[in-house]
Amino acid sequence: MANSPMTPGIAAARLPEETLEANFADLHPPLDGHEATVAADRCYFCYDAPCITACPTAIDIPLFIRQIAAGSPENAAKTIFDQNILGGMCARVCPTETLCEEACVREAAEGKPVEIGRLQRYATDTVMEKGEHPFTRGGPTGKRVAVVGAGPAGLACAHRLAMKGHDVVLYDAKPKPGGLNEYGIATYKTVGGFAQAEVDWLFKIGGIETRYGQGLGAGLSLDALAEEYDAVFLGIGLQGVNALGASGDDKDGVRDAVDFISDLRQTGDYATLPVGRNVVVIGGGMTAVDAAVQSKLLGAETVTMVYRRTRDRMSASEYELDLAASKGVRIVTGAQPVAVHGNGAVTEIEFAYVHAGPSGLEPTGETFRLPADQVLKAIGQKLDGAPEGLVLDGGKIRVDGKGRTSRDGVWAGGDCATGGDDLTVTAVAEGRDAAEDIHRALLA
Amino acid sequence: MADLASDFVGIKSPNPFWLASAPPTDKEYNVRRAFDAGWGGVVWKTLGFDPHIVNVNGPRYGAIWGADRRLLGLNNIELITDRPLEVNLREIKAVKRDYPDRAMVVSLMVPCEEEPWKKILPMVEETGADAVELNFGCPHGMSERGMGSAVGQVPEYIEMVARWCKQHTRMPVIVKLTPNITDIRYPARAAKAGGADAVSLINTVSSITSVNLDSFSPEPSIDGKGSHGGYCGPAVKPIALNMVAEIARDAETAGLPISGIGGVTTWRDAAEFLALGAGNVQVCTAAMTYGFKIVEEMAAGLSSYLDEKEMSLSDLVGRATPNVTDWQYLNLNYVTKARIDQDLCIKCGRCYAACEDTSHQAISMSPERVFDVIDEECVACNLCVNVCPVENCITMEELTPGTVDARTGKVVEAEYANWTTHPNNPSAQAAE
Repeated sequence: MANSPMTPGIAAARLPEETLEANFADLHPPLDGHEATVAADRCYFCYDAPCITACPTAIDIPLFIRQIAAGSPENAAKTIFDQNILGGMCARVCPTETLCEEACVREAAEGKPVEIGRLQRYATDTVMEKGEHPFTRGGPTGKRVAVVGAGPAGLACAHRLAMKGHDVVLYDAKPKPGGLNEYGIATYKTVGGFAQAEVDWLFKIGGIETRYGQGLGAGLSLDALAEEYDAVFLGIGLQGVNALGASGDDKDGVRDAVDFISDLRQTGDYATLPVGRNVVVIGGGMTAVDAAVQSKLLGAETVTMVYRRTRDRMSASEYELDLAASKGVRIVTGAQPVAVHGNGAVTEIEFAYVHAGPSGLEPTGETFRLPADQVLKAIGQKLDGAPEGLVLDGGKIRVDGKGRTSRDGVWAGGDCATGGDDLTVTAVAEGRDAAEDIHRALLA
Repeated sequence: MADLASDFVGIKSPNPFWLASAPPTDKEYNVRRAFDAGWGGVVWKTLGFDPHIVNVNGPRYGAIWGADRRLLGLNNIELITDRPLEVNLREIKAVKRDYPDRAMVVSLMVPCEEEPWKKILPMVEETGADAVELNFGCPHGMSERGMGSAVGQVPEYIEMVARWCKQHTRMPVIVKLTPNITDIRYPARAAKAGGADAVSLINTVSSITSVNLDSFSPEPSIDGKGSHGGYCGPAVKPIALNMVAEIARDAETAGLPISGIGGVTTWRDAAEFLALGAGNVQVCTAAMTYGFKIVEEMAAGLSSYLDEKEMSLSDLVGRATPNVTDWQYLNLNYVTKARIDQDLCIKCGRCYAACEDTSHQAISMSPERVFDVIDEECVACNLCVNVCPVENCITMEELTPGTVDARTGKVVEAEYANWTTHPNNPSAQAAE
């Protein structure tokens, strides 16, 4: 007897194969040529455009859209890649509704911004599908740089350094490159193995040697790297997960949302992935939304997202929250978990309503319980295993505007470093800018 | 609802919207559909003698598009009707019989000799058609055979043929003019001198719409070659409006009825032609783009407008003509400044780019993207108004007399003063 959303406990294959395939298809299907032309026609080619300012990588958006409108998507892609070598991924995963598209003057004019993200994907896909790499490597400088972490920051940094003629050795603790692009983003945002295809395409620049399965504390030490290389860039992300802080949070069925999302990304068959009948996701960010939505898409009967503060404090965008709601996720705010109940495995989770008081969140005295076969924790990641000798700030590696850490010859960027939001696009900008600074330092 | 019934040189039609002589009026089938859709009249696609002409067997049209592929300009290399004369005449007669209240005008193009005109006119008369329109306009194909615009570019020929036609028919004679000349008043005067009852204009503008950058052929391409075609549609409307106004306000042709043609797409376009002196309008490209149904919008829109203005159709005709003047008579004491409505502004900065890069550096931009007009620099050129994507966001405000123009430091004077008396004009006449 096949499983269904009503099957008790945690079970795989709650939905038929076809439904699962459809559920995890592209969230925003690509624009075709006609749609791209119509969408591009709406751009006003603003002066000193607000969308550029809003883009952490400062892509010249009006220019690339004009190039699409003029029938040169390849040139449009070059405009994008000049600023953001992961423009293909950013086109898929950027919260455009809070970045470029929020700033678009047509958002002010009509409440309907130019579809910048989808246009960017149209341009970048055009070039990447042809397998063309629009950059060539500069002459060899004889300098060697270690880039630790093959996520967005590390990849952007490695590419820019290689382009400048430096020899890059790119390390990652995981067996595959891509970082959160490969392991941490909802499946329906980047379908068809795009993350790996993008990395392969990026490596066409040449001059990047990859060493997977090696990370800081896992075969590498910063001292040794600093000794061996002319410069070191750390883009190691946030590997640790914050604790729930509720009694019983070690029961079966309680797990980290990032692991759940990673399993989804790495599976070849959604029907093999178990999910609870009643799923509770704790947190209010993108990871929480990605976990909640995908639980629902896997066939959970009920999915509830619980966040301790008010809705406007959630780091997930309104768009993401609407997406969650449209998939049937219930969103509860102003409640924090106090106890996980169950005999061995979780069956219920108890929450206390809280409100903001003079000394932080205070319980209102009212509690409630939600049935839960599975509890996914998405209450934030933290830097684990920060290398010795680097000054931290707020739990992250402190860097200046150029990505320099407190240690000479060591740069950092992306989620592990201070500055900017924890977004793919921000990591790309930081990796790129650090590479420019490394380049200047090495040639000085 | 205002009465749109139209009487154009004695030709009655229920509204002033005719279909121009062109592909939409080539056949009985199309014209019946047009009349059923509500068109007031048609000018049947140009007839010629047999053996009938042939058309190319590849593409006939090229185009220019605006945003969202909105058709702004169309050009064609189609010739006059490519069906036997007898077939056209029989169909014209049948349609006119079934739609007696609609205007049926027949466009003609035969060689520039008296005999052919003398021969074809009675044949048209026999169909019961209301009038003929002499096609002196088409700039392609036929002109190379000494017809169409080849006639329309020589005022003497226009006068000569118009006179023949008036001699050989009792039907009103409308002369269709080509815009491919330097001064439209000369052909119009010639038409009048020849006794024409009216002129219609404009015919199409000689044009190449585009070049294929792979085959290096002009479009539309016929086996790798292209020839110039006739350009029409919204893009030519400004050219047509000026030419209509030139004829309407010329002392020699004043009062000569004009059928306005050129990019009429909505009721507003039609009303503008009428206001500049056209007695009715002819439409082609809009129908070819959207189908015959557009006449419903045109009729309803014009009717509402006339009601709102408490005008009759004839009141509107020529209402704007007296306001068309020569540059030298424009009031140099009329001073305006651009004003930006900050509530409507969407902060795109196009006004700033346009003014800063290409005009007078008269718009400031703050770090918060607030755009303001610098009165000291603003010459009121209107470019910011024209490039602003939001209608009425930037407007021109007239400085009231007595205030100081910050740019010139001069007090704005109430009196009208133009170039003819300006001190910088070497030929200025002293005001008397």
